[in-house]
This record gives sequence, structure tokens and C-alpha cells, in this order.
Amino acid sequence: MYKKQGIKAFLFLLPSLAGLVLFNLIPIFVSLMLSFTDWSGMSRVRLFHGFFQFVGDKFVGVSNYSQLVKDSEFWAVLRHNAYFILLYLPLVLLFSLLVALIIQQKSRIAPVYRMLYYIPVLTSWVAGALIWKWMLSPEYGPINNVLASLGIKGPLWLQSEVWAMPSIVLASVWKDMGFYGMILLSGLLAINPEYYEAADIDGAGYFHKFKCITLPLLSPILFYVIMLSLINAFQLFPQIMVMTKNGDAGPNGATMVMVERIYKYAFKFGRMGYAAAWSWVLFVIIFAFTALQNVLQRKWVYYDT
Amino acid sequence: MMMKVTKRCIWWVSAMVCASVLLSGCNSNTAEKPASGENVTIRLDQFSGNGESEEALKKMIAKFNEQHPDVTVELQSFGYDDYFTQLQSKVVGGSAADVFELNFENFVAYASEDVLLDVGGLMGDSSGFNQTALKAFQYKGKQLGIPNSFSNVVLIYNKDLFDKAGAAYPTDDWTWAEMLEAAKKVRALSQDTYGLYRPISFHEFYKGVKQNGGNLLSEDGKKFTVNLPQNVETLKIMSGWVKDSNIMPSDAQMGGMGDWDLFKSGRLGMIITGIWAFGDFADNCNFAWDVAMEPGNTTKATHFFSNAYVVNKETANPEAAAALAAFLSGSKEAAQIRVDSSWELPPVTYSDVLDFYLKVTPPENREAVFKSLDYLVTPPVVKQQSEMQEIITKHLNNAISGNVSAKDALDACQAELEQKINLE
Repeated sequence: MYKKQGIKAFLFLLPSLAGLVLFNLIPIFVSLMLSFTDWSGMSRVRLFHGFFQFVGDKFVGVSNYSQLVKDSEFWAVLRHNAYFILLYLPLVLLFSLLVALIIQQKSRIAPVYRMLYYIPVLTSWVAGALIWKWMLSPEYGPINNVLASLGIKGPLWLQSEVWAMPSIVLASVWKDMGFYGMILLSGLLAINPEYYEAADIDGAGYFHKFKCITLPLLSPILFYVIMLSLINAFQLFPQIMVMTKNGDAGPNGATMVMVERIYKYAFKFGRMGYAAAWSWVLFVIIFAFTALQNVLQRKWVYYDT
Repeated sequence: MMMKVTKRCIWWVSAMVCASVLLSGCNSNTAEKPASGENVTIRLDQFSGNGESEEALKKMIAKFNEQHPDVTVELQSFGYDDYFTQLQSKVVGGSAADVFELNFENFVAYASEDVLLDVGGLMGDSSGFNQTALKAFQYKGKQLGIPNSFSNVVLIYNKDLFDKAGAAYPTDDWTWAEMLEAAKKVRALSQDTYGLYRPISFHEFYKGVKQNGGNLLSEDGKKFTVNLPQNVETLKIMSGWVKDSNIMPSDAQMGGMGDWDLFKSGRLGMIITGIWAFGDFADNCNFAWDVAMEPGNTTKATHFFSNAYVVNKETANPEAAAALAAFLSGSKEAAQIRVDSSWELPPVTYSDVLDFYLKVTPPENREAVFKSLDYLVTPPVVKQQSEMQEIITKHLNNAISGNVSAKDALDACQAELEQKINLE
């Protein structure tokens, strides 16, 4: 009986399985193979006809990987990624939590706020990044004009090696806080209001309630948000390509990051094999961080069952 | 029984999925070679013709069809930004057009990948071609591309601003010193008026270096010589135009405005740019302007830019494809149409066609375009072209922003290039 059901289920799953195999599993496997070759990405390849012959012809062993760890550029790129995450993660958590708390207020204009914070999420990155590029223009941008009227000389933002990455962080937090805010809001709404009533009776203040009720009960959702934003942060890409001049990775390469390098090596520099190696290294890093978080979460995530 | 049917079903469905996967993977043009006299279809992908120039290209194809009525040409045009991405996936997937266009920078990358057909024996008489342009598309002794157009760079100046500033018009024997003096006078006119724009990019730098007697590569092309003393001096002078005399606006002063727009707004005395700007400037400048040969420092040098048609090695009809590529590039009919539509220079030497080019004004001094041809320099072309350009651009920007000295920037550049770019 179960066997029969299994077969039926398999039949129904087939369309999406085919998609998974064709557009995920095969490409993943192919990229792993390519990472051991010096293929330029500019010559003919047949996947179902002599692919292994092709890989054999271009095979260079692990030299892409050994070149990568020896390349000072790789370590600089890792530092940039880490710097972005260190700035972005706390800020985006703080602001999305604020957004969630503001929207949660039962006021008449809450729906308006909800919409306002969600607009950046719906905006395409290209449009959003172009707006930020203009906002941050050193001579003509509104931000520096406001600063100037306060008597502060604004930085060169995207054109300065020091400020380029913080500029990207600024735009990214603006874009993402609405999305994570909505997720956190769902977590806030799921907290049983009786806890707050009980705390009120006991005479607890706002911050005490936040610390002892909201945060622990929100922790599963918070964990989810941290996980998601960390993975996304590793993959930052469109904002860099649009906001820095000609997509050239910023002054002195200050905004070179992993995905930007993968894209350049694969589609601009004609080194598809090297790009494949980069993307596998990125995968391993993300995987390691995710696994680490799964271990650490036991220490701080509270499941209310 | 039921079981059996289901099993058979599964077998069929999976077989069909597999088949469709396999078929979609190789449904490319495995067309058989047609018998002679039969109609053949040639696909042509290109980016350089758009808007008016695409119409001109269609006229050329119509002319081609008068001579080759049995060839149907399927033209597909792309914007420059999308062109190379789609080309790459088509080449990898084996569905590239029979004839497609490449620019000079991308030519070597594809030529070294063995995807282009040697058209040397198929293109017919090539004596009408400009030989510099023709040679640029040879790779290891094989003619792998046919240049369809080329252009160079001149000094374009705003006559009205020069009159206002009381500066003498540029002449063909100007050097950087005279250019700087004139630019200073124009810069003094107002806060928002600049004397010169010449982007400090990879292209401008390799040319600037040549104009100062230096070079980015050794003679034999086997070694980088980016930090030669002449090159350091070049970079010092060029960045001085921004930092010291400020005759040239910095990125911040440009505020995201394009260099052509700055010139068209009438706030720029001189711009060094390609001759393909003539059409736009003729339509959109409400002041008098003219051109002169580009000034050098110790010697003259000017850019050579070129696009070419190449033939796909896997084409089913190499003869027809090469005939089309050769006709559009080098025939007198096509060259005439190209000149009529003021669409860059045809890479040919027919004097009656080129004379016609001189008669179109503005600019008055079109002669400068041809005089410049004596000083063409080609950029160092290596297989890792784009990667090399990115590295050089990064270090040039470091010097301009004033973070490091010109010498340190070029030393660092030299070291990074030696480590990353393989010149073999």
C-alpha cells in the first residue's frame, strides 16, 4: 500500500524533481567539475556528449584552489565581506526590530508605516542603488547638502576608500529592514499577550518586559532572521555593481566582494574555471557559518513548547 | 496488473523527460550542408549598428543580396551592454550566429579559443583594406576577423569658449604644454568652466604613455614595463591636470555627469574623444566647435579602435558567411553607405569614398582625422585583457585620488600585473 502511494507521489513530484535535477543538481555538479579546469568560458561545451573528455582535456587539478589561497586579492575580498557583515548584521537587526516594534503599535497610521517600510523591499536593487548613488553624491547629493548646512563637510562616500563600504551598508540596511521587520513582526504577534498582562500586574516596566518576555520568545524568529541575513550578506552583489563607478569595485578595490569577483572572473575575465573554484569556496564558507550557528543556537534560542 | 501499468507509466515519463533534456541540450543548428544553388540562410549578430546606422547596415545587406540572391541574411542587433554576455552563452552552447561582430579588445580572447574560422582564403581581394586595421585582426598568422569600421581620437574644442578666454585655437603641432596654457585660460572664465577632459582610464593612459615616449609592455610583449620613469612622469602630469591646475574636473566635480554632456553644455573648452562623437555634437551643440590632432608630449600618438566581423568555425556555410563578412566590411558599395550615414570610418583606402567623408561639416577640420592615422597606436592586447585593464585602472585611480604617489601606484601596478597576468 505504502509502496503504491510512494510511486504515485513520485509521479506527482516528477515535474519539480526534473527542474531540481536540471537546474540545480546538474549545474552544481558541473561547476564542481569546472573548478578543476582552466576553461575560459568562451568555447563550446556539450554537457551530454563528451563532457568528461572535455574536463579531462582542461584538467588542472587543484591549482585553481591553491592559486586562490595564495592570491592576496582573495584575503582582501574576505576582509571586505567580513567588514560588510560586521557593519550590516547588527544594524539590520536593530532597525528591523525597530520597524517591527513600530508597526506593532496599534495606531491608526500603522498600516501606512507598514507600507512605507516595505516599499524598499519591493523596489528593484538597480532602482534603489541608483537613488542611493545620487543621495550620496559628494557635491550634489542631498545627504552632503544637509551635512553642509549643519557645518559638517560630508565625506566622499562611494568615492572614498574608507567610506565606500559603509555607503553600501547604508543602502543595504535601508533595503532589507522592511523585509526582516515583517518576519520579526510575525514573531511579535505570535507572543501570547497574557505574558505581558501578567508582567503588568507584577509591575514590570517596558524594557524589563522586552528583555524578559519579548526577546526570549522572539529568539526562534530572530535566529531565523540572523541565519537568512547572514547568508544573504555573503552574497551581496547588485548594490556593488550599480553603486560603484562602472561596477569597478570601488576605490582601490574597497568594495570587491566574493560574488562580484565570481561574476568578473566568469563573465568578464574569461576564467570560468577559477570562478567556479571561488564559488565553491564561498559555498564552503557559508556552509561552515550556517553549521556553526546551528550549534550555537542551542545556547540562546528558546523554543516555547 | 495496476502495478505494471504504473511502472510502465513511470518508465515512459522518465524516458520522455530524459529525451527532452537531451534534445533541448543539442537542438542547435546541426544543419546539413545544402547542395549548391540552393538557398542558404546566414545569421548575423552585431552591436555597432543601432538606430540610423542599423538602417545603413540593412541597406548594405540589400546590396549584398543583389549579388548573392540565394543567400538569406537574418540580422539580429544587440545593445553593446548585452552583446558580449549573450555572445558568450551562445558560443558555449554552440548556437552562435554564422557571422558575428567582435571589438578589438575581445578579439584575442575568442581567437585564442579556436572558435573563429580563418577567412584569409575566403575573403577574396583584400588590397582595398587599410592594412593596419586588417593586421589587427590577425592571430598567429591567421586572418580570423575582417575589420568593418575603425575610428581614432581627436581633440575637439569649443571655439566660442576659446574666443571668450582669448586663447589661440589648437593647431596640429601643439604639445601638452600649449594645451595646458589654453586650458588654464578657459578654466579662469568661471567656477564651473573647465579647460580639458581626458579621462584617466586604461585607454587614455597607454596612449598618454606613448605620447611621452614610454610603453606599458616591452618591445617583444613578454614583460610589463608599467613603472618606467617616462610612465611615472606621464601619470604625474595627467593627475596634475585634476589635482594641481584643476583644468580637468575630478569625479566629485563631475557629480556623475557624462563627459560628452559637459562638453555639450558649453562648460568645457577641450575634450579628447572619439570621432564617433561628431554626429551627436553636430546635432546638440549650440556653439561653434572644431577639431585638431591630439597633442602629445614628446611625440604624437592616437587611438585605434576597430570592430570586426568574424565567422563561426562551426558554420554550415563558410563560403557564404565569409562573403557576407567581406562585403559588409570592405566592398566599395558598403563603404559608401557607411560614409553617407556618418557611421565611423570604413577600413578601406578608396579615395573617392573617403573624400566624401571630408566634405561633411561640422567639424571644418576633418582632415585631422586622416592626419591622425599616421600616429595610430594599438593597445597592448593580451589574453587576460579585461583583467589587466581592471588592475591598471584601479592603480591609476589610486594615484589620482592622491592616496599614493604616481611612482608607488605604478610600482604596485607592475607587481600585481606580473603576479596575475600571464603574457605567454
